Amino acid sequence: MEIAGGLNDGTGEMNESKVENSAGQDIKIKVLFFARARDLTGVSETSLEMPDGSTAGDCMRNLLVKFPSLQEIYNSMVLAINEEYAAESTLLTSKDELAIIPPISGG
Amino acid sequence: MASAAAEMDLVDILDASSGPIDIARYVDFVRDPAASAIATFEGTTRDTFEGKLVEELRYEAYVPMAARRLAAICAEARGSWPLLRLAVAHRLGTVGVGEASVFVAASAVHRAEAMEACRYLIDEVKASVPIWKKEVYENGEVWKENKEFLERRAAHHEMDPAHELKETSNGED
Repeated sequence: MEIAGGLNDGTGEMNESKVENSAGQDIKIKVLFFARARDLTGVSETSLEMPDGSTAGDCMRNLLVKFPSLQEIYNSMVLAINEEYAAESTLLTSKDELAIIPPISGG
Repeated sequence: MASAAAEMDLVDILDASSGPIDIARYVDFVRDPAASAIATFEGTTRDTFEGKLVEELRYEAYVPMAARRLAAICAEARGSWPLLRLAVAHRLGTVGVGEASVFVAASAVHRAEAMEACRYLIDEVKASVPIWKKEVYENGEVWKENKEFLERRAAHHEMDPAHELKETSNGED
């Protein structure tokens, strides 16, 4: 099903504002790994360059390629962007800080 | 009005070199002439888990986000109950058996609200504050996982449309 004026980019989402070229600047994201996530990746932080319009979920898929061992916590972890919990569908902007949050155990 | 209330909330994330939690500091912070009650909770390291002897717990945190979440949790408690003053302190680093890792104090005009807020605060720490503990045994160590977090995550994922992306790959209709 097509909606006039929209662009189906195959992810199931209609991105009406997406221009059909690569003129959008890549965005640079800082990624933090905590606790078990850090044990699995071996690093406490890394950075990603992603296409403009990327979501937290896109970053996560990218990280799973870079650090396949993260698959172990993928179904129990959550994400935070700029110190707030965020859904995978959240759009990122440049200089955002993405945190990989394995199951917490404070208290 | 919200910011005035925030001055009556004390949130401390204590780094590993801080030593034992100074409980009197937090009780004294919430003490208020208008209060009839101060309710407190202290979380302590226990010596066994599933038959294994625990030597110590080691805590770490995503500190700026944990501070943010604790401030938000205090504000949520104020939205639910009439409260006077609140204090939450969480220690990082090594916490030995019997020692306090977290301390919560709440004062209110009436004891029911103080006790309910105190319970809410610790339950929310368990469910949503980005702090992690590693349980250390004689021959191993493991990152713990709060069931409160896992339950809340499961509930949210049912409501998050992005979650459906994970389920399409197995051919479900």
